[in-house]
Amino acid sequence: MSKNIVSLENIAVSFDGEKVLNNISLDIKDKEFVTLLGPSGCGKTTTLRTIGGFITPDSGSVKFDGKDITSLPPYKRNVNTVFQRYALFPHLNVFENIAFGLKVKKFSDKEIQRRVGEMLELVNLKGFEKRSTDRLSGGQQQRVAIARALVNEPKVLLLDEPLGALDLKLRKEMQIELKRMQQRLEITFVYVTHDQEEALTMSDTVVVMKDGDILQVGSPVDIYNEPKNAFVADFIGESNILSGLMVKDLLVEISGKRFECVDTGFGENVGVDVVIRPEDIKLTDEKDAELSGVVQSVTFKGVHYEMVIETYDHNWLVHSTKAAEPGSTVGITFDPYDIHIMNKMK
Amino acid sequence: MKKLISTPYLLWMAVFIIVPLIMVAYFAVTTADGAFTFDNLAAVSQYANIFVRSIYLAAIATVICLVIAYPLVMILARIDVSFQSTVLMIVMLPMWMNFLLRTYAWMTLLGNNGLINMLFGLFGLGPFRMLNTQGAVVLGMVYNYLPFMILPLYNVIVKIDKSVIDAAHDLGCNNAGTFVKVILPLSVPGVMSGITMVFVPAISTFIISRMLGGGSNLLIGDLIEMQFLGNSYNPNLGAAISLVLMVIILLIMTLLNQFDDDEDRVLM
Ligand SMILES: Nc1ncnc2c1ncn2[C@@H]1O[C@H](COP(=O)(O)OP(=O)(O)O)[C@@H](O)[C@H]1O
Ligand SMILES: [Mg+2]
Repeated sequence: MSKNIVSLENIAVSFDGEKVLNNISLDIKDKEFVTLLGPSGCGKTTTLRTIGGFITPDSGSVKFDGKDITSLPPYKRNVNTVFQRYALFPHLNVFENIAFGLKVKKFSDKEIQRRVGEMLELVNLKGFEKRSTDRLSGGQQQRVAIARALVNEPKVLLLDEPLGALDLKLRKEMQIELKRMQQRLEITFVYVTHDQEEALTMSDTVVVMKDGDILQVGSPVDIYNEPKNAFVADFIGESNILSGLMVKDLLVEISGKRFECVDTGFGENVGVDVVIRPEDIKLTDEKDAELSGVVQSVTFKGVHYEMVIETYDHNWLVHSTKAAEPGSTVGITFDPYDIHIMNKMK
Repeated sequence: MKKLISTPYLLWMAVFIIVPLIMVAYFAVTTADGAFTFDNLAAVSQYANIFVRSIYLAAIATVICLVIAYPLVMILARIDVSFQSTVLMIVMLPMWMNFLLRTYAWMTLLGNNGLINMLFGLFGLGPFRMLNTQGAVVLGMVYNYLPFMILPLYNVIVKIDKSVIDAAHDLGCNNAGTFVKVILPLSVPGVMSGITMVFVPAISTFIISRMLGGGSNLLIGDLIEMQFLGNSYNPNLGAAISLVLMVIILLIMTLLNQFDDDEDRVLM
């Protein structure tokens, strides 16, 4: 178990009297890739800026390596940031941008040359030293921003939707590259994104946020398989979310039918949210299933077909490698351990 | 097609910019009878002291404008946006008053029996000689041209991306370091156009020096005016002086731009 490098304790932030962070607490472990995930406006950037020192919280404290740094200005923190829109210095070329932090810290010219050279190699920008930053593509600007932060060898790197402006292919490449860098340099990454797929593929730990609250913290597998509530389940991946009734332990009622499940401890006759992943549903012959519905649409998605099956009270999303006949009636089945039961959201 | 659209503007430029320039140059190198001569240009050298005084006073006024305007704009750029336009309007308010009137007002304020000396008199001080001094001329220039420094500076500084300033803090700069390494270099275009907008009218003004400087602080503008409207009527000499003034302004501006290019590199 490694130590905590950053700890947020009961952080509250408000803008113009509007609460943006509601007393959130979060421990970030050393050398970990942590992702803050949530819809736009949920407070991810605000959380990141609080760690960076750009926002002083109304209450609560920020600890770094065990020391309280709540009132320390950004330039005294051993943390660097890759900003949402890169924020490169327009009056400086690529080399000067990357060297900026080292010059401020009065490193020798030789050391600066060496370190910036190393960084340019790491981010694949050798030969671009003299280039003005406005003559770089989005992907290249992105890599300058990363190099400019990493060259200072911070203990923690904060990244605010760093790949948001890139096209899909480049984004996928950069995801792999960033993850590789993080592992090689053994730096803690705190990464902000609203893209659940990005969060799941890159992170050691995912922090799901909504409306200034942290809903769940866990490994990507945990978050995916054991979402704490319907919001997390929905946000993490397209899902079937139904209102259900927990009849008793190991028995749940959905759409008026009773199903065996593996969950206990919710009480008897308690309203719950039920989540069933589209890929966990098997289509069968109508008479072999409790639930049946009409195939509304079939869309080919490359690896699988995405189908919508309409039962009398729900449109089921189903992923399968076999396509059903549109308009036909099919049965819907799932295994007990694929039924995820969660408390109703407040 | 593009050519066709731009024709009126090219025509405009030809009639109102190129032709007058050629005429100034023509008058500068001819006698009253139209014969070619270098005498006018040669005669300009006898007014060297007036040229030096004009450059000197305009330069001082420009520097003072910059020193006043820069911190003002920095503060302005930080306050609430809705409040910014109000403050800007207050800054511009004196501009709505007639130029002559504004300068006249300073005459009555600065005079030996003026308001300021009256106030000093209450404390048993003075009267101080303020009117008809170089200081009064510089004051008049600063007062009249300060908005021309503030506006371009404001336009540039208010557009500096806040996230770039965050980035400087992030990379270890305190406020002073951020100013020197980021804000100042990024504001250079505003400083340059502010300097141009103040220095050029200041160096060629004649009303301010006439009204506040008395007879002993003639500037180039007065000299030129005298050749066209005054008793020493000589348009050819006036044209020659204008031509030399233009060349001097051009040289100074080129020099300044050179310096500005180097500055970036020195600062970094
Ligand atoms: N400087 C600010 N002034 C006022 N409101 C702000 C400011 N920054 C963020 N907010 C508000 O705080 C909320 C959270 O913003 P943010 O942390 O940027 O969300 P996210 O990064 O998750 O999209 C939003 O509702 C946003 O409008
Ligand atoms: Mg954001």
